[in-house]
Amino acid sequence: MMLNDEAEAMVRGAMGPARQWAMQHQQRVGQYFGAADLVRVGQAHIMADTESLGDPGVAFLEHLAAMPEAARRVRVPTITDPRGTDFAAAQRLKQQDGVVALERRAVAAFEALGILMTNTCVNYQTIMPPVKGEHVAYGDTGVVIYCNSVLGARSNFEGGPSALAAGLTGFTPRYGFHLDAQRRGSLLVELSWTPAALHEWGALGGVVGRLAGDYWRVPVVTGLDRVPGSDELKHFGAAMASFGSVAMFHIPGITPEAPRLADAFEGTPPAPTRVGRSEVEALLASYAQDVDTVDVVVFSAPQLSLIELRALALLLEGRRAVVPLLAVTSPQVKPDADRMGLTARIEAAGGMLLQGMCFYQSYARELAEANGWHRLATNSAKLTNILGGYGYRPVLLSMEACVAAACSGRVA
Amino acid sequence: MRAGGEFAATAALGDKVRGHALVATDGFSARYDLDRIAGTFSRPEHRLFGRSYIGRILVLDRAKGGVATAWMLHEMASRGVMPAALVFNTVNPIMVQGAAFAGTTLMSGFAVDITQAVPDGALVELDPTAVPPVLRILDGPQKG
Repeated sequence: MMLNDEAEAMVRGAMGPARQWAMQHQQRVGQYFGAADLVRVGQAHIMADTESLGDPGVAFLEHLAAMPEAARRVRVPTITDPRGTDFAAAQRLKQQDGVVALERRAVAAFEALGILMTNTCVNYQTIMPPVKGEHVAYGDTGVVIYCNSVLGARSNFEGGPSALAAGLTGFTPRYGFHLDAQRRGSLLVELSWTPAALHEWGALGGVVGRLAGDYWRVPVVTGLDRVPGSDELKHFGAAMASFGSVAMFHIPGITPEAPRLADAFEGTPPAPTRVGRSEVEALLASYAQDVDTVDVVVFSAPQLSLIELRALALLLEGRRAVVPLLAVTSPQVKPDADRMGLTARIEAAGGMLLQGMCFYQSYARELAEANGWHRLATNSAKLTNILGGYGYRPVLLSMEACVAAACSGRVA
Repeated sequence: MRAGGEFAATAALGDKVRGHALVATDGFSARYDLDRIAGTFSRPEHRLFGRSYIGRILVLDRAKGGVATAWMLHEMASRGVMPAALVFNTVNPIMVQGAAFAGTTLMSGFAVDITQAVPDGALVELDPTAVPPVLRILDGPQKG
């Protein structure tokens, strides 16, 4: 991989050991994928909850944070994905003191590196959406697929160490979705049905993700009967990325790099795979078997927008949750929810509105053990896909059905 | 069993390593599939559900899921609750970034389906330093 003079200086250690580590890491990754050179990035976004970091990861960050200021500060705006807790709610969630202490250590280290603690996986809705053609280094699969597909920005999945490296160097290896060739469609999905509810958009994303099943495939989806909204595409993309490790899709006429079907493919489109309501219902049914009661209801993954919180508050009006109901949003949306009375309405019905965390990134296994949670209802297909490995029996329902389950303890 | 088989890979990183293979046609994500404390596969739908991955050379179809694996491999390696190496037909960037950060041997991209070529339990050797990188089957599956 060819390095420019600046990158050469970093790899030699002339710009300090933090940037030297970062550039050496980027060399190893870039060489694996045959990257020709580096590309300058406008932003970085780091996934770094402490369940993933563990004590060794936090110690690594602290090692960087102890370096002189000029050597340790990130060079491009660098923001964070959700944390492993909402500090204000950790006790109510029965999170252990050690978890909270480790989170505080991680936050202190990140702040010493000059990283902005945005703690959100919906930065494209709340912080600063990238623009078409902008190269970025984003570290949340839902963020990457949305920004590549809906906004036309350019990012690979950047895991925590690599996103941090991009923040420190201002570059990332030029491979994958930084290249025009990788952004062409490679799978044609023809829909005969357009989802209505968010959980259906997520389930459809899951079906398409499973069909693609590979980071390097780019589904091109046709047949929608309307233009989806941001929250719908948020759930659609996040689930596609979760079920299939997919980083980009096109919807001709809607997403910016495919004004027409012909623009999505290099040459003749492949034969279409047809997907309709039955495939989505089959995915929903696969999670619903033998689940008739719930221990907890969770709205998370991705964090909820103000619009989703408003819908939830309306559904809870005059009702009372009899099992824990958790709704998770970003620290950017939470103050608006407070100011507009949405938080009060959700909590008056027995719900908890959490900020800056995401359920599966917040020690989900320990939460289950501490609170006796096993059967979980959610309207997030992504969450449903992840939680099986954490010992949960998740069921994927509409927001309305989740609220009904929270208020009765039963799945209708 | 194909003792003596040798399979060239398109890319690899890490050190030369030898160990017994744990093979499945499934994908792999540290977040989605593992109980990282117990060192076992914990996702009920995974073909390796309940089996220990500690010290084994994982041979799987593809890297899947989210970005957490990039930190998690480092955390697992620090506790020694870690596969000896990772082998895939196809990787995503996260698996490469995580292996690079953790110092884990990783190999991918074969002319055959590597999950069909390597028997579960076989003794295999990975040589990422060879050109091209190579996976060798040294002996048949370990019984018991």
